[in-house]
Amino acid sequence: MSPEQTKATSPRPALSPKRREQNRREFIRTSILGIGVLGATLAGLLPLAGQANARLRPPGAIKDRLQEQEFLAACIKCGQCVQVCPVEAIRLADLTDGVGVGTPFIQARDQACDFSCDGLQCVLACPTGALTHDINYPSQARMGLARLARPESCLAVRGQGFRGQARGADFSGLLRYEAVNRWLPIPVADHPYDLELCDLCLRQCPIEIRLAQCAAGTPPSGDANQCPPRSAIRLGAQAGGGALPLVLDGCVGCGVCEMICPVDPAAIVIDIDRVADAAQVG
Amino acid sequence: MNYVIESLRQLMGLDPSKPGPEDRRPEVVTLMAEKRRDKLTREMLHAVEAGRAQAADRHKWRNRRWATLITVNLLFVVSYYLDVQLLEGAMTASRFVGFHLADLNSALQVMLAYQHLVLNLVIGTVTVFILWLLLGGRTFCSWACPYHLLAEWAEKLHLWLAKRKWARDIKFHRGGRTIFYLFFIILTLVSGYTLFETLSPTGILSRALIYGPGLALIWVLALLAFEVFVSRRAWCRYVCPIGVTYGLVGVLSPVRVQYRVQDCHHEGDCRAICLVPHVLDVTIRGRARAVTTDIGADCTRCGLCVDICPTNSLSFKVKGLDKVL
Ligand code: SF4
Ligand code: SF4
Ligand code: SF4
Ligand code: SF4
Repeated sequence: MSPEQTKATSPRPALSPKRREQNRREFIRTSILGIGVLGATLAGLLPLAGQANARLRPPGAIKDRLQEQEFLAACIKCGQCVQVCPVEAIRLADLTDGVGVGTPFIQARDQACDFSCDGLQCVLACPTGALTHDINYPSQARMGLARLARPESCLAVRGQGFRGQARGADFSGLLRYEAVNRWLPIPVADHPYDLELCDLCLRQCPIEIRLAQCAAGTPPSGDANQCPPRSAIRLGAQAGGGALPLVLDGCVGCGVCEMICPVDPAAIVIDIDRVADAAQVG
Repeated sequence: MNYVIESLRQLMGLDPSKPGPEDRRPEVVTLMAEKRRDKLTREMLHAVEAGRAQAADRHKWRNRRWATLITVNLLFVVSYYLDVQLLEGAMTASRFVGFHLADLNSALQVMLAYQHLVLNLVIGTVTVFILWLLLGGRTFCSWACPYHLLAEWAEKLHLWLAKRKWARDIKFHRGGRTIFYLFFIILTLVSGYTLFETLSPTGILSRALIYGPGLALIWVLALLAFEVFVSRRAWCRYVCPIGVTYGLVGVLSPVRVQYRVQDCHHEGDCRAICLVPHVLDVTIRGRARAVTTDIGADCTRCGLCVDICPTNSLSFKVKGLDKVL
């Protein structure tokens, strides 16, 4: 060690002009590389400005609604939530989401979360708490809030019934129909309806289904804690016939109503910037 | 102790230290004197190398490594597709038969950005830390990272093109990587976003393999193109913080490549093939301080040098194991 130290303190031999020129060029090159890397890194923040990354997130996603910083920070982009979902509702965002790349989201119109896993499997799978373990039951989720965005096209509002496959024969989305199979979700296309007055949004609402099960004395998994405290949606009477879907404060924003709505585009959609108990957020 | 200091120096991007005459052990001095006396003829050298080139185990470590790397990455894919709980998740974080694993660099970012410690993540991080401590730190790079494999193939193409002057090899200062490392840490801490994860070809490729390709692959292709046409192995050499994180673990790891100066021809085949050739500077004539030297922690333990060395002067060894056995 000691000869090392004496050597280190002795003055270095002067560099040749050629060597110095080489060093200078290397320094400039490396600086350019540095600027490139810095630019690429910061470019990841750009999509945040345009809110290209504002998406419906899986249940339990920690977020201050649109301000998703905490969620994006906590998610390690592993996709373990994707792997456990029985209806494959969760997908991972692409590079267009910038720093949101690899974070999970749900495209409700294509495949909503119908809680057919019962136990919030995605939340349980998440290693970092980006999907917070603070929630245990579907009714505690606050993903967004349903909104009747196009009342004029809503079949119930128009007083019309619905017959056939809710989203057509080619729709690949899945739902769990307890009457068909307690465990296995099946394609919506395999379960045609015949309704006097369309009430698909509340008929398939997982919260309403749970409420009905609890009212019948058979809570999901036999666990009374699974019973939602409040209703999510109901049909209100409407002067001049028909009925108006009313979203209530038990709505968790799971997106099943948006997925099942038979008109195109859906009359009812999920607002990701609102949740039941916090009503409007900036 | 010297190993640790020398490893850290090299990881930081400083040039490996050169020994002064007084730093060399007497055995080495005698050895080198003998070497000068019994000059190898060019023919003898070629004969050794030709023999080596035909040896059946010439690609022994490379083949083992590729098999391991591909198996690990396919395990993720197979676990998802067959829905078996073998290795769920992606390179960034996963569960091996239910046991949490977290990539050290990804976990570091999440901890810096989120600033909460979640038990599962801590368990995963500690497990992986111990695992790579046992396996050799940057071993992650060449034995598990999916980008490494592509970069290795891109490197072959680069060398082929460069020989014909169709590609350049611009060199940058390796210290840049240290600056990037600090810069990613500070920026993540300040912004609260896992900024590096957006760029990480390791995460992008791993997710693309498991969950299907996306636009993010364009970034990976751009990096590969840069390495093919502009600068050899640029990402791993000059930028990637994952390598630094695992390199730091590797400082403490007992799995190392060891150099024996005795039979070495100093012809430099190993340095020509190595991803991080500075770690092999000790193989330059006159650089060895002792009869055996452990290669520094920036070494990815890929074994290419072990395979190519015509005189078997480089070999894998586990420090302390010989004493135990
Ligand atoms: S709660 Fe269940 S059904 Fe809903 S997204 Fe998570 S895993 Fe899928
Ligand atoms: S499991 Fe958690 S950390 Fe992994 S991708 Fe899903 S939300 Fe992110
Ligand atoms: S009203 Fe719609 S979004 Fe709300 S809980 Fe019911 S199905 Fe889900
Ligand atoms: S020193 Fe040898 S084992 Fe280490 S990275 Fe270089 S070629 Fe691979």
